[in-house]
Amino acid sequence: MEQLAFYVLAFIAIISALFMITRINPVHSALWMLLTFFAVAGIFVQLNAEFIAAIQVLVYAGAILVLYLFVVMLLNPKSRGFIKVPVRYVLGTLIALVLVIQIFATLRSANVIGKQGSITPEVMKESGNVFLFGKELFTTYLVPFEVSSILLLVAMIGAIALAKKD
Amino acid sequence: MLLQHYLILSAVLFGIGITGVLIRRNLIVMFMSMELMLNAVNINMAAFSKYLHAMSGQIFIVFIMCVAAAEAAVGLALIISLFRNKQTINADEFNLMSK
Repeated sequence: MEQLAFYVLAFIAIISALFMITRINPVHSALWMLLTFFAVAGIFVQLNAEFIAAIQVLVYAGAILVLYLFVVMLLNPKSRGFIKVPVRYVLGTLIALVLVIQIFATLRSANVIGKQGSITPEVMKESGNVFLFGKELFTTYLVPFEVSSILLLVAMIGAIALAKKD
Repeated sequence: MLLQHYLILSAVLFGIGITGVLIRRNLIVMFMSMELMLNAVNINMAAFSKYLHAMSGQIFIVFIMCVAAAEAAVGLALIISLFRNKQTINADEFNLMSK
């Protein structure tokens, strides 16, 4: 059952990602990207990361995607034609394929599991994902958390300053 | 379920993202492909977090999402600024430095 769910979600994610990069209309690309994000959220649920799955739907599918759709509709870039260069398509696919094959080769030969931590599935089942996540975030990773909030503030000011009419 | 399953899925999604950046010339779709690559990295993080019985992977996902949101906001503002100057978002048109 778990395997079946994984294969279905992985299939949806890969197919919709392929559709995303091949659609001419950017609005269609954005909607296929939405489907990819939902499938990846399902994968996160499978990986005992329920909080991350919720954040994925809220932040990516809710906020970032709406931002993309706003910009696409604001600029209306469909009126400009695309330059068709078939060599670029072949070369780009080839470069990405070489990289993925390299990763596959590494995965086949390498031992990918290292030292185990303390949060076993039993601990996870007992205390819950959100509790453990919050405890770790606000104790060990408190300073990076604050730094990331400053990063978001800077990005907000930067976005306003760049997009403003002068 | 083996760890390798998740890593292979993540690698495939990352490859699709790279392909999107390389073959598309529409700046917005190139940005979307970048988000896809970040998402593939997030799958990797969550998978290692589960199989190593550690929480730090999931914490890093939140930081990656934070950076992705900042990148999307600033990048789209840059695209709007570029569109205002050149009336296009085709990446091949921005060749002022090579002339």
